[in-house]
Amino acid sequence: MAVFNMIIQSLQYSFMQRAIIVGILIAVCSSLLGIFLVLKKFSMIGDGLAHVSFATVAIALLLNQSPLYLSIPIVILASMLILKLNEKTQLHGDAAIGLVSSFSVAFGVLVASLSKGFNVDLFSFLFGSILLISKSDVVLSIILAVLVVSTIVLFYKDLFAITHDESFASVMGINTKRMNTLIAVLTAVTIVLGIRVVGTMLISSLIVFPTVTALQVSRSFLSTIVISTVISIASVIIGVIGSFVLNLPSGASIVMVNAIFFLVAMLFKRLR
Amino acid sequence: MKLIEVSNLVVKYGHHIVLDHVSFDIKRGDYVGLVGANGSGKTTLVKALLGLIPYEQGIIKYEKESIKKGYLPQIALTTDRLFPAEVREIVGIGLLSGKKRPKFLNKEDLVLIDSILERLDISQLKNKKIGDLSGGQQQRVLLARALVGRPELLIMDEPTSALDPRVREDFYKLIQDINEKDGTTILLVSHDLGSIQEYAKKMLVLDREVVFYDEVDQFTSSFGSKHFHS
Repeated sequence: MAVFNMIIQSLQYSFMQRAIIVGILIAVCSSLLGIFLVLKKFSMIGDGLAHVSFATVAIALLLNQSPLYLSIPIVILASMLILKLNEKTQLHGDAAIGLVSSFSVAFGVLVASLSKGFNVDLFSFLFGSILLISKSDVVLSIILAVLVVSTIVLFYKDLFAITHDESFASVMGINTKRMNTLIAVLTAVTIVLGIRVVGTMLISSLIVFPTVTALQVSRSFLSTIVISTVISIASVIIGVIGSFVLNLPSGASIVMVNAIFFLVAMLFKRLR
Repeated sequence: MKLIEVSNLVVKYGHHIVLDHVSFDIKRGDYVGLVGANGSGKTTLVKALLGLIPYEQGIIKYEKESIKKGYLPQIALTTDRLFPAEVREIVGIGLLSGKKRPKFLNKEDLVLIDSILERLDISQLKNKKIGDLSGGQQQRVLLARALVGRPELLIMDEPTSALDPRVREDFYKLIQDINEKDGTTILLVSHDLGSIQEYAKKMLVLDREVVFYDEVDQFTSSFGSKHFHS
């Protein structure tokens, strides 16, 4: 009963309400994108772009600017750079991501050292801090999430086709390069959205975990998307509230809940 | 009437010439078997015809710009056992050409999917997960995906390589049926020279350039044994 009261009490706080709203938006965006990234074996792009966002946060804090506004254009450019490196230099996807990722972390660390090392602000962006989510962050998150979700719905069939077989999709008149760029850009936006809640170190797990969990139990493409979205939203809600009740970091709590869902799905698949 | 006209096509990978001044044409209703040893440029030619790779020089001219094409790739290149899609979802991809966004399928599309599955005798697989099917069943599903949009030209790249002999025989009969009853023009890449000689109307032998292109009955066994060791 005491725990239930604590949950109810937690929802009275405006910072908790903001965290849950932004968290749900990120959960929806990341799980919608996750299926395309995981099945195209490009899921590590989330990890790479999260490292880029670490560098942009370090720069923003050094310049005393809003990390969110600075991160969006730079992370989008980085996503395009990864695709170009992949395409023009014939590097495999993971190698291109590795190059951009390690360069960004090194750059971020150098910038952080210029601003007297890892201060509290930078640390909160590394692992997420729901206390930092402002009203303007919520508004920006809603706008970007609507943009991401509506774009995915509009291009759903094309994205499905290129995920299954790029050559056939191309024969069907689908511009596969444009679709790959679209996925990379939407991923970049989602990554930046998520760094407030789960942090740059853990954001890619929101892209990978729900999809991989859904893949254990689903049969169709659409059901995979629905299951991964439900799992992702549930993980965020349980994780955020659980972190408040148990006094734990929010980002790590969300990832742990995701991990539990994955283990349950694996068990279910084995028993079925 | 020429459906495709290829003139002096040259394709290079770096400095390596893969197709060297290839010229031929395919008429409406033709069934052309494309054969050649490994590395002779068969898959490259198919990709160039489908617009999947750029070419160095030459012309690929279609009868009209909006010609409906179907494509059946090598099965090993497309199959992912974990891919979470039902057969009807996969076949539906074949209807996306020319559709307006968001390209969701309508009732008529679903009827087309049902009818092609029935024709290929795989209606019972409609709601099955593609990764759970055997190689032969998956190949029929991908053929359904290629045919559901009623293509004028069907290009197949070694579609029978993963099939056992009995299923392979059925597959060739089915393609012959599609060619004769629907009038669909066929270009079929294969190592299976015997089946090509039995079912195709014309044979195109490639060895970076066109070595032979004529009616199948013009093809001599001595010519075949000289060129095919794979």
